[in-house]
Amino acid sequence: MTTFREITFSINGRPRTLYIDMRKSLLEVLREDLGLTGAKQGCGVGECGACSVLVDEVLVDSCIYLAVWAHNKDIRTIEGEAKNGKLSRVQQAYVDEGAVQCGFCTPGFIMATTSFAENCTEKKVTEDDIRKSHAGNLCRCTGYQNILKAVEKSIHPDKE
Amino acid sequence: MAVGKSVNRIDAVAKVTGRAEYTEDLYKPGMLVAKYFRSKIAHGRVKNIAIEKAKALEGVEAVFTFKDVPENKFATAGHPFSLDPSHQDVADRLLLTRDIRFMGDEIAIVVAQDEIIANNALKLIEVSYDEYTPLILPEDILKEDARQIHKGSSNIVGEHQYSIGGDVDDALEKADYVVEGNFETVMVQHCHLENHIAYAYMDDLDRIVIVSSTQIPHIVRRIVGEALNMPLSQIRVIKPFIGGGFGNKQDVVLEPMVAFLTLKLDGRAVQINLSREECMVGTRNRHPFHIKVKTGVMKDGTMVARKMDAISITGGYASHGHAIAAAGGSKQSSLYPRMANQFHGRTLYANIPVAGAMRAYGSPQVIYALECATEDAARKINMDSVEFRLKNIAQQGDINLLSGHEILSCGLTDCLLKGKAFMDWDQKKKDYEKYKTGPVRKGLGVACLSYASGTYPVCVEIAGARISLNQDGTVHVMVGATEIGQGSDTVVAQMAAETLGLAYEHVRVVQAQDTDVSPFDTGAYASRQAYVVSNAIFRAATQLKKKILDHAGVMTGKKARDLNIINGKIVDTRTNAFIMDMKPLAIDSFYHKERGHQLTADVSHKTTTNAPVFGCTFVDITVDIPLCKIKINKIINVHDSGIILNPVQAGGQVHGGVFMGIGAALSEELMIDPATGYIYNNNLLDYKFPTFMDLPHIHHDFVETFEPTSGYGNKSLGEPPVISPPPAIRNALLDATGVSINSLPISPHKLFTAFTKNGLLDSKGGANV
Amino acid sequence: MFDLKKHIKANSIDHAIALLIENPDARLIAGGTDVLIKLRDGKPGFSELVDIHGLEELNFIRQDGKNNILIGSGVVFTDIIQSDIIKKHIPMLCDAVQSIGGPQIRNIATIGGNNCNGVTSADSASSLFALNAVLEIRGKGTIRQVPISDFYLGPGKVDLKKGEILTTFKITPENYQGYFGYFYKYAMRDAMDIATIGCAVSLKTKNQILTDYRIAYGVAGPVPLRCPKTEKSVINKKVSKSLLDEISQTIETDVSPRTSWRATKDFRMNIIKELSKRATKEALQRAGEEV
Repeated sequence: MTTFREITFSINGRPRTLYIDMRKSLLEVLREDLGLTGAKQGCGVGECGACSVLVDEVLVDSCIYLAVWAHNKDIRTIEGEAKNGKLSRVQQAYVDEGAVQCGFCTPGFIMATTSFAENCTEKKVTEDDIRKSHAGNLCRCTGYQNILKAVEKSIHPDKE
Repeated sequence: MAVGKSVNRIDAVAKVTGRAEYTEDLYKPGMLVAKYFRSKIAHGRVKNIAIEKAKALEGVEAVFTFKDVPENKFATAGHPFSLDPSHQDVADRLLLTRDIRFMGDEIAIVVAQDEIIANNALKLIEVSYDEYTPLILPEDILKEDARQIHKGSSNIVGEHQYSIGGDVDDALEKADYVVEGNFETVMVQHCHLENHIAYAYMDDLDRIVIVSSTQIPHIVRRIVGEALNMPLSQIRVIKPFIGGGFGNKQDVVLEPMVAFLTLKLDGRAVQINLSREECMVGTRNRHPFHIKVKTGVMKDGTMVARKMDAISITGGYASHGHAIAAAGGSKQSSLYPRMANQFHGRTLYANIPVAGAMRAYGSPQVIYALECATEDAARKINMDSVEFRLKNIAQQGDINLLSGHEILSCGLTDCLLKGKAFMDWDQKKKDYEKYKTGPVRKGLGVACLSYASGTYPVCVEIAGARISLNQDGTVHVMVGATEIGQGSDTVVAQMAAETLGLAYEHVRVVQAQDTDVSPFDTGAYASRQAYVVSNAIFRAATQLKKKILDHAGVMTGKKARDLNIINGKIVDTRTNAFIMDMKPLAIDSFYHKERGHQLTADVSHKTTTNAPVFGCTFVDITVDIPLCKIKINKIINVHDSGIILNPVQAGGQVHGGVFMGIGAALSEELMIDPATGYIYNNNLLDYKFPTFMDLPHIHHDFVETFEPTSGYGNKSLGEPPVISPPPAIRNALLDATGVSINSLPISPHKLFTAFTKNGLLDSKGGANV
Repeated sequence: MFDLKKHIKANSIDHAIALLIENPDARLIAGGTDVLIKLRDGKPGFSELVDIHGLEELNFIRQDGKNNILIGSGVVFTDIIQSDIIKKHIPMLCDAVQSIGGPQIRNIATIGGNNCNGVTSADSASSLFALNAVLEIRGKGTIRQVPISDFYLGPGKVDLKKGEILTTFKITPENYQGYFGYFYKYAMRDAMDIATIGCAVSLKTKNQILTDYRIAYGVAGPVPLRCPKTEKSVINKKVSKSLLDEISQTIETDVSPRTSWRATKDFRMNIIKELSKRATKEALQRAGEEV
């Protein structure tokens, strides 16, 4: 029995059909079959969030997401966020607020913030909301302090 | 001007777009995967090993054991080579070993076409051991009849002592009070998000190329040469972006093995990509310390004597060895420089994972003990914790009696005053008096730190910078200093821009080090880079500026000394008139058929100074006694690190260090079974470093002094922030509950044990509060 | 890559049952947050998978004509937290499930998977115990209803035979109407952590009298458990501070925490006792009773 399967999905808005090893995680397919190396492997068990991507607009750890589950789904990765050479509001906020140090957790964090900001219907977002919605992303460099500011800036870009 | 401005990091955009390339991203098609076969016991020797079944598995390219590797031992520590043989690192490592010294020690290695095949091959290796009793506690390690973990060592890696400021025993005797304490810290881990990874291949018959997540590419080159008995010029090490290191990549961990494997496999690319679980026990960790402190204090608040005895446990191999205890011991000499101070340190082998360099390198352990002891001394004479420290801390102009040098810049007094004001210390102390009874208590704590900028005079401090003018009027800067996330490349650009007179945006720093091309620099550690490279940048930028102005002079007929570069434009200093843009000057220098040349400057500079840095942590906590939990209400670090090159980035370094310090204070611990050496929690679920939900706001502030020995007035900052939070938290706990916990981490279990011992909880959990 | 030997997608409950029978060494995978980790670790018995990830038949939260709340076993935790039905009638379950992992895990892990592991630390379990949840289990041509307290057989063991699937959690109105609940997870971290102790309280009061009281724990014994002695001793008693103390005394007789490398027995008991008071106090507060 072959371990290869055909899957069709859209990646950052572009449709793709791939013939992939069914044993692979979505993270591996993204990195190895599509060359999208933004999502990173930090732990392999869904603990650190460095591999976070959006599947049908839902934030998931791609290291424990079977690639075959991506069939007929829309996948968004960090590589699709900047458009026409311009950073997204979330990306720009991370740059401006000093929320990036080694950068290894950054793509995962930005996908978490992007998901949070896009689904944010509340006018008033509390700090607790921010912390809860990013609790699945670990960072060892920043102490989360400037990331907090970057998320706030993503939601209220005009606030000082 | 660029220095002192919070410019955006030069690599921020690359990182937020996911385009920055880390080692795993530089994948070579067909690259082979190598996985270590690791020991399942902590102390012993391999009796028999059978690899035939593993070798026969389809997809396995090779299996090597300790029988197949060179017999020359080497040292893995990320130190520059020492010309003094007595100071050279202990060479006790082989590529693979028959003698087992910790659980996870590397006995054999499988090379296969993919990870699944490699893992299945590992399962087919059969091994039998002669087992010895694991030696884990100091008393067992030093027993007369204890087995020598390394032959000839008596289990001692190193030992030293210093005494300054007079006879310490004499001073203790004359003191009004003497307080004593025993302190303990545990093995913690860096948990950089990117695990160790390296690959190697050959690009001709005798040259090896290594791509690695390392902090020390030039040192890797030298040590791989030593491990394989090859000239180092045949080895090329490339360091792309790395996902954090914190000292764990200041050791040569995977590179000798991948180099060995590619040699054995006809130059094919071979990669070792450690899993998180392997990385947490198979790389390096922090040395646990056992410290005894005696402090002599007078009724009027003067500390007159400090006697410290430290045992440092380095695990199965030396790695950085005794340097950790030595560094921690010496860097504290700046903090309270006006008393008798004796430090004795000893480093032991043990059958636990290898300890190596970790952020602040011995100071977190030493200063934990020291600042807890200082607190005990303050309380002994009923003096306010802040007042007591203000009375005894270093001032500018003090002489560090260990180095013999004057402390040329010191803002610690202002750091304490700033922190005290921020916390509203005096008022809060009064407010919290009513929270000294009951199940919920509140308290305040403070602790200070001192550290150094680089490693001189213990090691050579050398940095290289090469700056070239591009045809478009921008410059490229190449340094040997490595960006590991701390922002080194960004401040390099700021410094170069500052001295050259260019806009920050016109300075491009080459962010990947390549030992074939990059100037020599020993790498990122000891918070050395901004301080040490500052001099190299300053000189190189000054040289290049002169060449640019000389060429402008040639082009215009003006005198170079009447010209300057301001914001990228050549101007006449006498009239402020604009003379020309950089770009036409550059084009002329390259392409004019008779005059000019490529304008570059290349400087290698040795720094022969070392500037101490200072800082403090203030913390406000609530203690829930029945639930054994400490909640941090407010925490601030205030630092004197000289001129702050980039306030936002510097603040980020402080936040990260405080966060690591909080983790070390409250929850981080690699849990090792003292009987077997088994490690329970080498994964990110069971090793508890704080998540986004676990931390309060981390506040920070700076007191800017000007350090004259530095290129731009700056001193070290990357490591110090991790040092003072744990003792500050312990001191706040003491303030809140009257309970001293002198070991880290101050976990809920420790609180439970201490509270039941002190009667605040009955042993079944009735609160007696 | 996962060392998967077999992966078959099921397109209905009946199909899944048939596949499980045809492939006796296979097990179900839904969210994968436990199964894939065990597979990665090389644990035996995880390399053949019948895939029910996203199966719509198992993805529902509704109330039937009798006001029973029915939760499909394939519902992910995020949907439980956002469900109006759950928020309105059994908010305690939202609290419990909100405490699990982080958003990524909650977006994909299922309430069925959380309980089929049979582990005492399952964060949704203690609330379901306090709500007397009944589980519907389907096999080839069979349906059985199993109270959750009977479903957990021992550490890592649940009442699922070969070829059976847990399909539904049912909470009947007698178990939630008029009740107020509170869930407290005590762990070393506030996110991405397993419980050292989990405590769920569900109670009913009338005129300051406790007319019903349920308290359930995770990690206080080999399986999640209720505390019958404690519950019996306080029903129909008046709400007061001394009642809370009484609860924390009696609770010792209902639980059997153990010492492991993660925590000692005495420490766990201390937390169990303190949580019994705090969770009860919070539940009472929600019921409008001040202590």
